[in-house]
Amino acid sequence: MFQFIVRRILIALVTIFAISIMSFVIIQLPPGDFLTSYVASLASQGDSVSEQVVQAMRENYGLDQPIYVQYLKWIGGVVQGDFGRSLEWGVPVADLIWDRLAMSLMVGLSSVLFVWSLAIPIGVYSATNQYSLIDYISTFLGFLGLAIPNFMLALVLMWIAFSAFGQDVGGLFSPEFQDAPWSFEKFINLLSHLWIPMIVVGTAGTAGLIRTMRANMLDEINQPYVETARAKGLSERRNIWKYPVRVALNPFISTVGYALPSLIGGEIIVAVVLNLPTIGPILLRGLLSQDMFLAGAIVLLLSVLTVLGTLLSDILLALLDPRIRME
Amino acid sequence: MSNNNVLLEVKDLKVSFYLTEATVQAVDGVSFTIEAGKTLGIVGESGCGKSVTARAILGMVRKPGKITNGEILYHRAGQAIDIAKLDPEGPEIRSIRWGEIAMIFQEPMTSLSPVHTIGNQMIEAVQLHKSVSKSAAEAVSVDLMRRVGLPYPERLLTAYRHELSGGMRQRVMIAMALTCSPRLLIADEPTTALDVTTQAQILDLMRDLQDEYNMAIMFITHNLGVIAEMADDVIVMYLGKEVEVADVDTVFYGASHPYTQALLRSIPRHDVDVERLETISGSVPDPTAIPAGCAFHPRCRHYVKGACGTPPLVQVSAQHQVRCTRVYEINEHLAAAQTE
Ligand SMILES: Nc1ncnc2c1ncn2[C@@H]1O[C@H](COP(=O)(O)OP(=O)(O)OP(=O)(O)O)[C@@H](O)[C@H]1O
Ligand code: SF4
Ligand SMILES: [Mg+2]
Repeated sequence: MFQFIVRRILIALVTIFAISIMSFVIIQLPPGDFLTSYVASLASQGDSVSEQVVQAMRENYGLDQPIYVQYLKWIGGVVQGDFGRSLEWGVPVADLIWDRLAMSLMVGLSSVLFVWSLAIPIGVYSATNQYSLIDYISTFLGFLGLAIPNFMLALVLMWIAFSAFGQDVGGLFSPEFQDAPWSFEKFINLLSHLWIPMIVVGTAGTAGLIRTMRANMLDEINQPYVETARAKGLSERRNIWKYPVRVALNPFISTVGYALPSLIGGEIIVAVVLNLPTIGPILLRGLLSQDMFLAGAIVLLLSVLTVLGTLLSDILLALLDPRIRME
Repeated sequence: MSNNNVLLEVKDLKVSFYLTEATVQAVDGVSFTIEAGKTLGIVGESGCGKSVTARAILGMVRKPGKITNGEILYHRAGQAIDIAKLDPEGPEIRSIRWGEIAMIFQEPMTSLSPVHTIGNQMIEAVQLHKSVSKSAAEAVSVDLMRRVGLPYPERLLTAYRHELSGGMRQRVMIAMALTCSPRLLIADEPTTALDVTTQAQILDLMRDLQDEYNMAIMFITHNLGVIAEMADDVIVMYLGKEVEVADVDTVFYGASHPYTQALLRSIPRHDVDVERLETISGSVPDPTAIPAGCAFHPRCRHYVKGACGTPPLVQVSAQHQVRCTRVYEINEHLAAAQTE
């Protein structure tokens, strides 16, 4: 087990290193170095920068040095939390992304929780009561959830929140809490806004997960080990949750790691529609306006999160499934 | 049979599977009795309804199957409980399961959970039926695992299914089946998936344990050789019906049904030339299209058109029944005995 974890951590480190190079390549991708574009963008706004300042920055970023030195300087900064400057916003990238990343994590985690707490019981029920009315209804709703575009669901829920609960529309906070420091009230305010993106982002996933959970369960419930447990006199409910559900859940645990990045990808449109202060929209804008330090930083962070998530689910799976530890 | 040694009485049991395209009559009016401490062997080709009969006894017929007729009387403390009438998920049947009637399934490889330890599953079996502490349950488990010849039973408590060989898994299943000292052990082809040596060891073990615990065994197999070693009484089944019922000696020395006779001819024996080994002609018919009249007639060498009809179970002697209309014509010794 210990060996297994060490090996996985080493693999994760190597992967992260490769990702950092990729992100650096992305930053370097636009023609010319970024100072040229920086100066150009300032000039287009009517400002001008003195030659000395440009020269100082050039040295600071190591732009006249070989490419690997530039990489080392950049990654050295990243490790200390300095991701460079955003050309478009004119502020350090770090100031832009941490809050938004936290919000994205919040939306992502809450929709994962939403998806799991809904899909697993429904999937288990559908499988153990195959072809019952509820099985058909959940199948139907599941496909509906897959078919409805997210932005439409977002609009419908916003309308419901507005007309039924009199809530202000969009965002994750009411205006009075927007810039307020963190407090319990602000947190409650966040929760009252969070449910819309949670449902919108989670619905398609719920539909998919119900189908997979149902199929996995159907594979397991007729297995001899379930029969053995039944023959031992275990009650039906305890049997189902102890044996087949445990085995049927394993495939999901291995996907926890990818859940977050795919949610952030799926969330971009929703975030734009709902005006959420999350990472998706600024990634989109950063890419459109070639704000490469910003885009590179986000790509890097999301990839690292994916690697960490995968590492986590690998370890979790190994803890839960003794068969994995063997290989 | 008002014998107070009777443990289980199955009367005219019928089980049907309602599939969308057809109905399968998997068990079609089977009756038998199991006595305390005795072994009843059930033998027949694949699909004749052996496992379904066994499951019915535990109230575990799978959907879309249903018990449509008959009684399964379980005798306990002077009372008879009809298992066929119990709620299959209710507390009565669950206390009988394992506590009094335990079962070893056909598939030793997958009868244990892949993600729970052996100890977890053994202790669960004990604690479901006895209010004992975890450590006491653990002690019982270790003791039984040692008893069935498993090495290092303490270590096995924390082992998983995939760490055990097929023979070890089946020993674990046997140990687990004994945890609550059942009065009846149903063993559904417990050795078919194992190699010959392991098979012999497991059979020996089961016989020893039967004597020690004085339990009855219902032994299901398609192998008459195994029946010869294990059973006191035998039921030969064909397409959901018993075709011959007798004690083990009668089955081997006076088999009177053409199907039993054919089964016996198909066993390899050292005193007979292997080249002359016969197989039963034809194959088991599709269970959704059971032949009318005598179900065995398409494969029967004694079939006479118009003379066979639909045979009842004929009582040819006190302990011997045969489902064949022509039983006296094809068995001279029975005919002779009858005219005396
Ligand atoms: N779950 C099920 N669904 C549909 N039909 C079934 C089911 N279980 C059993 N049957 C049918 O019932 C009949 C008897 O099956 P059973 O499992 O009792 O056979 P068996 O004698 O145990 O055979 P084997 O030696 O292969 O184990 C078969 O024809 C089978 O098609
Ligand atoms: S009744 Fe006829 S067909 Fe059936 S077993 Fe007897 S002889 Fe054969
Ligand atoms: Mg069977």
